[in-house]
Amino acid sequence: MKKTFSVVICAVMLICLFSGCGGSKTTNGVVNVYNWGEYIDTDLITQFENETGIKVNYKTYESNEQMYSVLKQGGVSYDVIIPSDYMISRLIDEDMLEPLNFDNIPNYSLIDDSLKSMAYDPDNTYSVPYMWGTIGIIYDPTVVGEVDSWSALFDEKNEGNILMFDNSRDAMAIALKYLGYSMNSTDETELNEAYELLKQQKPILQGYVMDQIFDKLESGEAAIGPYYAGDYLTMHAENPNLKFCIPKEGSNVFVDAMCVLKNAENKDNAEAFINFMSGTEQSMANSEYIGYTSPNKEVEDLIDIDDFTRSVMYPDDATLAKCESYINLPQETLDYYDEMWVKLKS
Amino acid sequence: MTKKYTGGKIFAALTYVFLYAPIIVLIVFSFNATKSRTIWSGFTLDWYRELFHDSLIMSSLQTTLLVSVIASLIAAVIGTFAAIGFYNMKKNWRSPLLLVNNIPVVNADIITGVSLSLLFVSAGALMGFQLGFGTLLIAHISFDIPYVILSVMPKLYQLDRNLFEAAQDLGCTWFQTVYKVIIPEIMPGIINGLLIAFTMSVDDFVISYFTAGSSVQTLSMTIYAMTRRRISPKINAISTLLFAVVLILLVIVNVREARQHKAEIKKEKMLKGTN
Repeated sequence: MKKTFSVVICAVMLICLFSGCGGSKTTNGVVNVYNWGEYIDTDLITQFENETGIKVNYKTYESNEQMYSVLKQGGVSYDVIIPSDYMISRLIDEDMLEPLNFDNIPNYSLIDDSLKSMAYDPDNTYSVPYMWGTIGIIYDPTVVGEVDSWSALFDEKNEGNILMFDNSRDAMAIALKYLGYSMNSTDETELNEAYELLKQQKPILQGYVMDQIFDKLESGEAAIGPYYAGDYLTMHAENPNLKFCIPKEGSNVFVDAMCVLKNAENKDNAEAFINFMSGTEQSMANSEYIGYTSPNKEVEDLIDIDDFTRSVMYPDDATLAKCESYINLPQETLDYYDEMWVKLKS
Repeated sequence: MTKKYTGGKIFAALTYVFLYAPIIVLIVFSFNATKSRTIWSGFTLDWYRELFHDSLIMSSLQTTLLVSVIASLIAAVIGTFAAIGFYNMKKNWRSPLLLVNNIPVVNADIITGVSLSLLFVSAGALMGFQLGFGTLLIAHISFDIPYVILSVMPKLYQLDRNLFEAAQDLGCTWFQTVYKVIIPEIMPGIINGLLIAFTMSVDDFVISYFTAGSSVQTLSMTIYAMTRRRISPKINAISTLLFAVVLILLVIVNVREARQHKAEIKKEKMLKGTN
């Protein structure tokens, strides 16, 4: 028994040793990064560590709200976080972000001007864009026909084939946009109207989903649903029948941007990391890995993609002009969202 | 009689299908040429290659194994001594204390996780430390200990009370008695407890999630965070490797035990023969 025990321990120790061999030697301190899951080409982390000697402690989250609750819970010290637009404005409102020193981030000049001075950070003090993209309808025209409007998601003839976002913000945004209102509406009658629409839609849905949408659309189990443009490209590679459209009523354009938290212990390292990730070569590698669009203006010309991919990743200006980005909603509206979402799903 | 036998066979086969079908699907799709979890599109080893280049998955695997090994070893030591302590207590003390020991086992993980996190955050604010590998390790040790105690106690009850006195009569100090007589007798219970504690630690998501802080992340946390972008087949690949390692270890352990058993029988037969 003693021997079997030592065999087990030896094996486990070996695995520990083995899994540790990727680590590189670093001497210039650390930077704690908190990003979305599956949202970086991890070779870039290694490259950054080798070039700067800064050790990266990299952690991941699955939604803006989850990240927010971890920050609020306390006891943690992240330096760089990469939330979406509306969460950034919320963090700014609550004084949780540190103004950036752009002298340390020369690559900021490479960021596309159309992504600067956004509603969530109008004076460009707190954030540097990381990736951006749009939400659109992904559909199989052989089943649901051609689609150019959100109405297809509420059409009874598609009953049983429709998927919908499994989070209140995106679901409500679609309903509001279809009704012709702003997706940042705080007007109670507009919100109630949108809620009624979602309630009517529920019986004809196949389900509320997040990442299950990949498998359902690829395998043909469902035929239509809203999701991110970058993820459409992944699905299209599997099921070439699938098409993508940004509805004529307009849609959401999102920006995920890098910020430094208030009182970050490693602010200089954090800015070095942000600068590194904004570089043309790095941002392009990242964009190729993730499939979302890089904010770096040099990448658009350099990136090696076919015309079809380009048309999805870089929508034309007229389409973009119809799109809105989320802003932080007042607490009252957020409470309404929570309440109506619980009612809708129960 | 034969009819009953085939019925039992079918039942056993169904049980195994139920238990192992998900793992087989997982293994098969770790060799799938695309990211799909439903469509088979050709054989590839790319995910295994990418797995070893993914520094995030590798470092979270390392964290998971490191914390599980250290926590289960420490819990085995603490748990064994606690169990010996319980064993020597009077019954009217022992029963309520063992009941308290069982509470963390049946308590919901989320409650353990949140309360540990509150404790660490407030203690950290007082003493100036932050959530990190240390707090993660302490949390794991604390939920591992009850499992060790639970698997060591029955072995202690089986122990002959006279053994302890005999050892001391023959000149053992208290410590020698524990070390040379008690521990070897209850070793199978300790090993069992250690293995259960280890698997509990590897499995855990909720408690780790609340106590890991900003610098470390376990494998289960990494997998959870992938759900917006879809879980990568690299996870299938690493799960396959972990499954294979566990399987090989189990085979080794069983073969060794069978061999030892055979050797013992042989020895007994030889002894009988010489008598």
